[in-house]
Amino acid sequence: MAAQKDVKSETIPMTMIQALRSAMDIMLERDSNVVIFGEDVGFFGGVFRCTDGLQAKYGPSRVFDAPISEGGIVGAAVGMAAYGLRPVVEIQFADYFYPASDQIVSEAARLRYRSAGEFTASMTIRMPCGGGIYGGQTHSQSPEALFTHVCGLRTVMPSNPYDAKGLLIASIENDDPVIFLEPKRLYNGPFDGHHDQPVVPWSKHPLGEVPEGYYTVPLESAAIYRPGAELTVLTYGTMVFVSAAAARETGIDAEIIDLRSLWPLDLETIVASVKKTGRCVVVHEATRTSGFGAELAALVQEHCFYHLEAPIERVTGWDTPYPHAQEWAYFPGPDRVGAAFKRALEAR
Amino acid sequence: MSQCKPLTLHVPEPSGRPGHETDFSYLHLAEAGAVRRPPLEVLPSDTSDLAYALVRVLDDDGNAVGPWAADIDRELLRRGMRAMMKTRIFDARMVIAQRQKKMSFYMQSLGEEAIGTAHALALQEGDMCFPTYRQQSLLMARDVPLVDLICQLLSNQRDPMKGRQLPVLYSVRAAGFFSISGNLATQFIQAVGWGMASAIKGDTKIASAWIGDGSTAESDFHTALTFAHVYQAPVILNVVNNQWAISTFQTLAGGESTTFAARGIGCGIASLRVDGNDFLAVYAASRWAAERARSNLGPTLIEWITYRAGPHSTSDDPSKYRPADDWSHFPLGDPIARLKQHLIRIGAWSEQEHQDTEKELEAQVIAAQKEAERYGTLASGQIPSPATMFEDVYKDMPEHLRQQRRQLGV
Repeated sequence: MAAQKDVKSETIPMTMIQALRSAMDIMLERDSNVVIFGEDVGFFGGVFRCTDGLQAKYGPSRVFDAPISEGGIVGAAVGMAAYGLRPVVEIQFADYFYPASDQIVSEAARLRYRSAGEFTASMTIRMPCGGGIYGGQTHSQSPEALFTHVCGLRTVMPSNPYDAKGLLIASIENDDPVIFLEPKRLYNGPFDGHHDQPVVPWSKHPLGEVPEGYYTVPLESAAIYRPGAELTVLTYGTMVFVSAAAARETGIDAEIIDLRSLWPLDLETIVASVKKTGRCVVVHEATRTSGFGAELAALVQEHCFYHLEAPIERVTGWDTPYPHAQEWAYFPGPDRVGAAFKRALEAR
Repeated sequence: MSQCKPLTLHVPEPSGRPGHETDFSYLHLAEAGAVRRPPLEVLPSDTSDLAYALVRVLDDDGNAVGPWAADIDRELLRRGMRAMMKTRIFDARMVIAQRQKKMSFYMQSLGEEAIGTAHALALQEGDMCFPTYRQQSLLMARDVPLVDLICQLLSNQRDPMKGRQLPVLYSVRAAGFFSISGNLATQFIQAVGWGMASAIKGDTKIASAWIGDGSTAESDFHTALTFAHVYQAPVILNVVNNQWAISTFQTLAGGESTTFAARGIGCGIASLRVDGNDFLAVYAASRWAAERARSNLGPTLIEWITYRAGPHSTSDDPSKYRPADDWSHFPLGDPIARLKQHLIRIGAWSEQEHQDTEKELEAQVIAAQKEAERYGTLASGQIPSPATMFEDVYKDMPEHLRQQRRQLGV
């Protein structure tokens, strides 16, 4: 994180929710083409409060409520972007993006390509994602692999308030369509998978210190969350903190890389780390088969084969729909992640 | 318990099939001039009758009659006539080129030329159309260079889309013609978003959305109507009902015993059902809807009744699912023949001029084709460089695409 802390600005404690709201506030202020809409994001300020107060400040033609129609929200945003606006739209839960799939995959992602640059879709689609909140099947999914597979999209996921604000500003400013996934488990505080322990708020965490003003965290740049020598962990979102807990509890000196931008990604940082440690564990909440971890494992295998001293491990959600009662048997917690660290370290 | 007969599934069928004539009485035609012209500020619910009626201006003798018969400048009518003829001649020529394997695919708009042509002439510079693959008449009315279009069809070295798109899927921003997608109906809601953007910025431009009868069954048709109504977007929602979606008759899209215009009423949108082969009716209705939108009076849905006279595409053989001579029985006739009759009647056209224009336009298309072929054809292999294949996926080429381009060795 060292590289990003050189910003000259007053910092204040923010939750991820406040940091995201601050990013949108700043971009509404700076760029008159930025508009924000989605279900309940206007007057009410969003079911997670991420857009609270923005309509009152910027008016209903800049920040407004939308009908319950994901395809309509994204489709209208594509049209606005073609006009020249810079829409930032919200899908209430990542689990509900599917009705907008056609507009995301066939339209937003391909508009620049198919029109040879005549029309573009500079837009950001925010989606709260991830589990660990007893959200059951349709409030817990991590659909990132469905986006990373689509050429023309950028997929981004922050793990803390500082990155959330800087990455969201960078995403809004980016001229490509960005899928901005927000782990709702991290909205109010970091979460390491120990659900039986009280949640610590962001105000007690250094990454909850966020500059009040404008700054960006560049896309396609990973962050080394915890430097280490024994193995490399490739992860993002909530699993950054779970992996850190696993390192702490196993005593294994893991280098934890928070990818931040899932695709296109920061391959250089990944390869340098794995070449150094010789071992790699991929950790994500999403289901295993054809999940984003498969791409990460393939990349590491292609680029670091002669440096690898053990098979690449993947710790992920099981290949089942996200259950309700079995939340903690499903969610890859520190024990499962720690066990994978040990396997990777003990392998010869 | 009462005795019930077993239920049966209703699967709509067209009355006409190969070897069996179509009964067109389902169209419920009105006499020319019989349908009222409401004021621009009409309430959507007060257009209910119009959604089941049929706005027509030209009568069987080619006279312009009734409240929709506007005083249209003769030069504009002649311009429309030329654009319709150009569209048809262009289509015919491109079908030949496809048969000669100079291009891989083509889609005609035979019989539907009036709709895009008259509509384009009723719009203003800066308005944006969101067309389907069968609105090439918009391009002809806006005088887009034929060479550019043919280069796109040939995917050659001068193709503005750099060989990335199937033939016919044009994009001509300068002419207010949005990039065509193969995915049906997606552009209908995008047009609404574009109109909303114009309203957000306090602009005066309007959007024009296009969809076919078959594609109204797609969910984006519904989202477009809802958003257009909710936000009172400055947009014209055009449904081109040519009776056919490839092999399926419009009743299979939900047209049985109702109209597509009626959908607009249900969504609170002022709606019209208009003779799509009547150039004067198309122009008048388009003007009405455009003025409504531009005056901030909200969206209008227009169902254009026409007939898909040609095959769905060069990959289609309509004789397998409908009568071969169906078009000759379609009660609304041929848009070019009908405007021709009217223009001659008012002394603005002649048989001789028609023939001369036909010859001139044919020569124009042939010359454009020759010029376009100088830059290559798909068959000749003179296509845009494979290196360009990796461009424009993102604004700036990411590292993985640079690497893939190197792997291809280009």
